[in-house]
Formats: sequence, structure tokens, C-alpha cells
Amino acid sequence: MSDLARSQNQETFVLNLGPQHPATHGVLRVKLTMDGEYILRAEPVLGYIHRMHEKMGENRTWAQFMPNTGRLDYLGALSYNHGYALVVERAMGITVPERAEYLRVITVELNRIASHLLWFGAFVLDLGGFTPLLYAFDDREKILDLLESVTGSRLTFCYFRFGGLYNDVDDDFITGSRAFIKRLRSRMPDYHNLVTNNIIMIKRLKDVGLISAEMCRKYGATGPVLRGSGVDFDIRKNEPYSVYSEFDFDIPVYHECDSMARYMVRMDEIEQSLRIIEQALDKLPEGPVMAEKVPKIIKAPKGDYYAAVEAARGTFGIRVVSDGTNTPYRLKLRSPTYSNLSLYEEASQGMLLADALALMGSLDLVIPEIDR
Amino acid sequence: MITRLKEKLSALNPISITETDHAAKGYHLDVAASPAQVVAMAEILDQEGFAIEAVTGVDWLGEAAAVAKKPEVAEGEEPVVETPGEPPEEQMEVVYDFSHSGIRPLLRIVIRCRINRGTPELPTISGVYPGANWHERETHDFFGIIFTGHPDLSPLLLPEDADFHPLLKDFKA
Repeated sequence: MSDLARSQNQETFVLNLGPQHPATHGVLRVKLTMDGEYILRAEPVLGYIHRMHEKMGENRTWAQFMPNTGRLDYLGALSYNHGYALVVERAMGITVPERAEYLRVITVELNRIASHLLWFGAFVLDLGGFTPLLYAFDDREKILDLLESVTGSRLTFCYFRFGGLYNDVDDDFITGSRAFIKRLRSRMPDYHNLVTNNIIMIKRLKDVGLISAEMCRKYGATGPVLRGSGVDFDIRKNEPYSVYSEFDFDIPVYHECDSMARYMVRMDEIEQSLRIIEQALDKLPEGPVMAEKVPKIIKAPKGDYYAAVEAARGTFGIRVVSDGTNTPYRLKLRSPTYSNLSLYEEASQGMLLADALALMGSLDLVIPEIDR
Repeated sequence: MITRLKEKLSALNPISITETDHAAKGYHLDVAASPAQVVAMAEILDQEGFAIEAVTGVDWLGEAAAVAKKPEVAEGEEPVVETPGEPPEEQMEVVYDFSHSGIRPLLRIVIRCRINRGTPELPTISGVYPGANWHERETHDFFGIIFTGHPDLSPLLLPEDADFHPLLKDFKA
């Protein structure tokens, strides 16, 4: 289609999208070279909220960096807590008590659902439907209340500690979580009736915004983007960490490679996360939530260590280099949407602007995590 | 897989190639390469179906001087041949992370490449992995490492007129 537009030999123009634009969900700017309604080149311009977290990490103690991890992806902060806790525990050789592992899984999965719900609402909002956002926020609110009762915060969590957790849960959290599982399961059919089966939704997303598995590999795209391209890949299964191997859950995979596939992956993941939480609540062991003999001052042994977790948006990897002192020597944050967005320029070529915005929405961008 | 890959990478004659304990380190294979070998290695990994995870740098300022003083060699680092009278040159390291999504358990490979701090240059792998484009640009932002052949090394995360490299150990705000 863009060939047709180009063959008419018309002039091109540059369109500036963002950095303050509702469809970019944060301060992302995209420099679009347009041929009429068709995109010739879409160049993301990053860095508007770059805070240099990696340098901050070199200037504070190991434990002091934990709150920073909650400020990368503010919609799925607990996964980032988890990744950082894992890498330091790996370096220090700390074993986490069973109960803490289970609670980590429960809270991370709740956080993942909250993140997917917000994405769902915002994505449909991008496509012109306002109502689902309010439904999604209603459900998300319940999760935030649950997490607030145990972690003390609603967004930028700092709940994990090296060797365990800051706080144990109470019975209210357990019963509240069970009630929430029941509630969300009864709501999912509503979501599908209201949105998934909506003809406008289908027309906007089906066969639009194709991202092949090969493109994902070349750009390092992970998470629902990769799984929407037919690749059965999830760190929770491929490189099991914590106690994920003890649960029975599936990895939703769709082979259509379009925006609809990425939508369906996330919607199915909500159910799978509910399954994990349900099993974890059933099996939740008694015991301490903090390992004994974790040194007050962490000094990771010399060397470099890597750990990765499956965050709501894909693989969050973290590499630490330690010189044996009480501060990290180097701390590299590998954030999933940075890689997921890097394929946007190639994937959006020749698309209609409106379709490209749907594609951008389906990537589930969180800008603070890209800019770090 | 790991044995075949080791053979293929060894054919390029890298500085060292070590199998590591995943539980302790978080990756399976640690390869130290020279700048000239990096592109060929990326090509091999590409053929084997690896995905690029990240590219980053580490500034080892002060390490060469410390090694020159001490006779023993720190872990994970090449012994420096001492030339009397002349201090060894300070170094930086570029670290490439690759992973394979098709095998369970996941296979992770780290390629490290040491370059002189005074002339931080090595070839780009963005021709092999287009995803390396942004990672290398970011590494140039933070460390001033020049990836020769890279299509555009203008600041990505830093301001467009940035002439500083914040992750250098001698950077002062």
C-alpha cells in the first residue's frame, strides 16, 4: 500500500508524535516521516525521563538500590524487586525460606495481573473505547488494596529483601486474594464480551502490526510480544527461578504475529497468573519470611552475576559486577520494553499511522523502564 | 548444543572460553574475545538461533595499576604481561549477552571484549543483530565506546548535546 503512495511521487513530511501525547503513554517521542497517511520511517526518540539508575547503583549500598528497582517499571515493580533480589542472593549464596518464595510468587503474579489490567484499559482507550478502562481500574484497585496491606505501597513497591520479605501476610490478605480470584474470573467473560469480540476491536487488530519471530530474535524482544509471534518462551518455564517449577500453569502462545495475538496472550496470562496464585495460596507453607544469617552489610563476593525474571513485559535481566565492597561496581539493567520498542522502526514501516499506534499500544510500553 | 557451540567458537581462537555454573553465575558460557573476533562470534550465534539480550560496558579504571602492584591475578581477568618501567594501559570491557529461546533450560552466553581505555574502539555487531543498534548507542552514551561502522552513535538516552559519559569511573557530575 505504501508503494502505491510512494509511486505517486508525492512529497513527504515529518510528523512529531509526543513527547506529550496520550498514545505514547508517557514521555516518548516518535519522529515520523510520513507519506500521506503512511509511515515511511518512525524513529523513537528516547531519554526524556532518563535518570541514570545504573550510576545511582554505583553510588549507594546494595540494599539502598532496592527502592530504585521499584521505579523502573512502575506498573510491575515487584518483578524488578525480584530480579534484583535474585541476583544479589545468587552472588551472596543466600537461600530464601519457602514461605517467602511462595509469597514472592503470589505478590508478583498479583502485580502482573494489575499491570495487564492497566494495559488492557489503556490499550482499548488508544483504540477509542473509554469504558473498559474504568472496568479494568475497578479490578486493579482491588489488587492495589491487597498489595498495599502487605507491602505498604500501591505503586513503587519495595517489598523484597535479600533473603526474604519485609513483611509477612495476614489472614485478611489470604481471604482477600481468594475473593479476588473469584471476582476476576467472573469478570473475564465480561471483558471478552465487551472488548475481545467487538467487531471494531477485531478490525483494528487482526492482521495488523505483524512482528515475526525472527524479528523478535534479532531485536531481543521478549514477553507477550514474542509469545504473540508463536514462540513458547517464558523465563518462568525456560529458566525457572523461585518456586515457579512447582506450579501447574501454561504459557499462552499465539501464532498470528499480529496485534490481536499480543492482546490475546496478555488476556490469557491473567488467567494463568490466577491459577498460579490459587495454587500458591493452597500450598502456602508456614515458617519465617526472612532467611537467618543475612549479613547486615552486604558485600557481594568479587565477580559478575546475572539473573533474569519474567516481568509483565518480558525478560528483565540484571547484571551486577562486584569488587567485593559494600557498593556495586557496575549494575546493568536490561529492561524488556527497551528491546521491544527497538523493533518498532522496522515493524511500523509502511503502516497507516492509526495502525502503527495500535501496534505501539500492543507493545505495552512503560517509558521509565525504557529510559531508566 | 553447548559442546557444539564451544567447538565453533573455539575455531575462532578466542582468548578464553569457559563453561560456568549457571546456579552460581547466571550464565552458561563465558567467552573472552578480542575486538576483531566479535563480529564473527555474533554471526555464529546468529546462525545458531541465539537472540541478543543486551550489550553493555564496564570501566576497569584503576585495575591495571592495581594488578601491576599485586603479583596475583584477580578472578575472571587476563594476566597482564608486565613490561618494566611502563605502566600497563587501563582497560574497558564490552559485555554482550545472548540467550537461546528455543532450548529448555535456557542457554545464556556472555562474550566479553577488552579494549584500551585510551582508544575505546571495536566493530559494531548491529549489522548482524539490528537490535544491537540501540544497545551500542546506549553504551556509547554511557562509556564513550566507539562502535566502528555503527549507523548512528548520536546520544540516545542522554541529551542530544551531551559530551560526557556518566558511567566512566572518573566522571564527576
